[in-house]
Amino acid sequence: MIETLPPALILVAGALLLGPLRGHARSAVLLLAPALTLWTIWQIPDGVSATMPFLDYELKIVEGSPVRRLFATIFALMAVIGGLYAFRTARWHELAAAYAYAAGAVGVCFAGDLITMFLFWELMALFSTVVVFSGATEASRRAGIRYAIVHLLGGVILKVGIAGIVVHTGSIDMRPMLAADFNTWMILIGILINAAAPPISAWLADSYPESSPTGSVFLSAFTTKTAVLALILLFPGEPMLIGIGLYMVMYGIIYALLENNIRRILAYSVVNQVGFMVCAVGIGTQMALNGAAAHAFAHIIYKALLFMSAGVVVYRTGRNKCTEVGGLFRTMPLTAVCGIVGALAISGFPLTSGFTTKTMISQAAANEGLAIVYLLLAAASAGVFLHAGIKFPWFVFFQKDSGLRPKDAPWNMAAAMLVFAALCILIGVFPGLLYRYLPYPVDYAAYTPGKVLFYLQLLLFSGLAFFLLLPLMRRTNTISLDTDWIWRVGLRRIAVLAGRGLVETGAAIAAAKAQTLAAIGHQARNCLGIGRHSANGEGGFFARSWPIGLTALWIAVLLSVYILLYYLS
Amino acid sequence: MKPTPDSDHWLVRPGTVRRLSRISAVLLLLTVLVQIAVKVKGYFLVDSWFGFGALFGFSSCVAMVLAAKALGPLLKRATSYYTSAERDD
Repeated sequence: MIETLPPALILVAGALLLGPLRGHARSAVLLLAPALTLWTIWQIPDGVSATMPFLDYELKIVEGSPVRRLFATIFALMAVIGGLYAFRTARWHELAAAYAYAAGAVGVCFAGDLITMFLFWELMALFSTVVVFSGATEASRRAGIRYAIVHLLGGVILKVGIAGIVVHTGSIDMRPMLAADFNTWMILIGILINAAAPPISAWLADSYPESSPTGSVFLSAFTTKTAVLALILLFPGEPMLIGIGLYMVMYGIIYALLENNIRRILAYSVVNQVGFMVCAVGIGTQMALNGAAAHAFAHIIYKALLFMSAGVVVYRTGRNKCTEVGGLFRTMPLTAVCGIVGALAISGFPLTSGFTTKTMISQAAANEGLAIVYLLLAAASAGVFLHAGIKFPWFVFFQKDSGLRPKDAPWNMAAAMLVFAALCILIGVFPGLLYRYLPYPVDYAAYTPGKVLFYLQLLLFSGLAFFLLLPLMRRTNTISLDTDWIWRVGLRRIAVLAGRGLVETGAAIAAAKAQTLAAIGHQARNCLGIGRHSANGEGGFFARSWPIGLTALWIAVLLSVYILLYYLS
Repeated sequence: MKPTPDSDHWLVRPGTVRRLSRISAVLLLLTVLVQIAVKVKGYFLVDSWFGFGALFGFSSCVAMVLAAKALGPLLKRATSYYTSAERDD
């Protein structure tokens, strides 16, 4: 039964066309494919509207619901604005991979069963790896391999969980569950790997900054947010997610504070922001799930905007590090302003999108009486302003004058940034525009005088802390060790040591073998003798010639006795 | 060539920076003083205290910066760390 066209297929078709097409035709596909996808998304009714038989199962390839449409909408919007940002500079294979990647994300949104979800999940893993590879440097090649290994491993874990559920329940339906047994644990771990949850969180900050300036914009949007949607659909109210989310929130801040690479700062802040959403899913009330969905929507916009702003800097200057840039606002005012809007939005500053969505999560924690969670989220909000809200624009566009005078963004990049900056402010000023599409009815007022004042105090005084503590935050040309040390160095060293051990064991065995053979040879020579040509001319014991005269005599005697006895008898 | 402080962009001239600092200080003071007139709804007793948001925001950030500073020697490495680790192996 196919009542509605799966929106993901339109993006897949677009991705396939991007290769052979050239010039304006390619640009047209680039903009029209996600626009058509967006239109199709809003034609999908609630409930299952497309199924397909597969083995003994009926796959629900399109199942609509408000939260699914919301996530699919922002993914399609991201594809079209990302396409606008990238189309003049990115190579065709990066664009095609990014669209196939977006198709995977949209496919997951409408997947009505675990098998369909898994297929689109793997489509994302495959083509996001190509986007990382499209950085076209040795570093991006290596990071891409590590990225692929982590995501394929995550896929295998997810598949084990899904297979277990199917075997034990006979059902492939996506239904809410808790991490109660091996199978549900496997599914949860598989999803959390994509959400960049600990301890496998380092893949994100390892790979995103190594992609191209345009690739990192696409990468920031899809993988972690589809994981958030999967958590909303499969694990709402799983209490463990609260702790995991809070850890991610704090981890992102501390590592972003230590970091020098511009895009790696933003990558760590992705983990930080996804931590808010994971925590909200763990709280699990209607307001919390609304908050997680709304925050994911707002986050994709402002995070893409920040990556776009950083991407323009990298594209124009060819430099990646805070220590190498500074003072760029002089010649890049538009990029700086858009970067600042994104930075204010991620910090949850009043009148920006982040304020209207992040405070909903805090409110959900307060309503449930979770005092520590509420206070930690408030502290984290201050920390976000510190590490992303001020640190990013300050070190990139202000601080010392680096002497660089690059041009501002090309027109298409500027247009993409302006659209997203406008959306950050639009959702911030008119939150009702977003609230009406949330999965549950919204009973929440973002703007009350007391709340605005509390967050203004929180944020402005964290700004004061930033400038007072600036001497402690002097940038150093360093990297920070993360859990990827385990597989980049630790496991590698174990493998190298194991290899050396095997080589040494092999050498010892070879030596012992040679020794044994020599000893056997020696004994054999002793016993069997050597040829007459040897130095001493003596034969071995068995090799000596023995006289047979005596034997012949005895045989003759015995035969004679035998004949004699025969005749006598 | 870098401009001199007085010929540079107006935003970074010493006079502007001084003015901006003063305006920021007044703003900071105002956001706290306004709480005399505007009630902040508290959920857990402490968060409705006068100036709690300011103190909490400031002290959280100081704690985070100090935590990052303390972890720095443990975690920070030269940018060539991974390439040289691979070479050494």
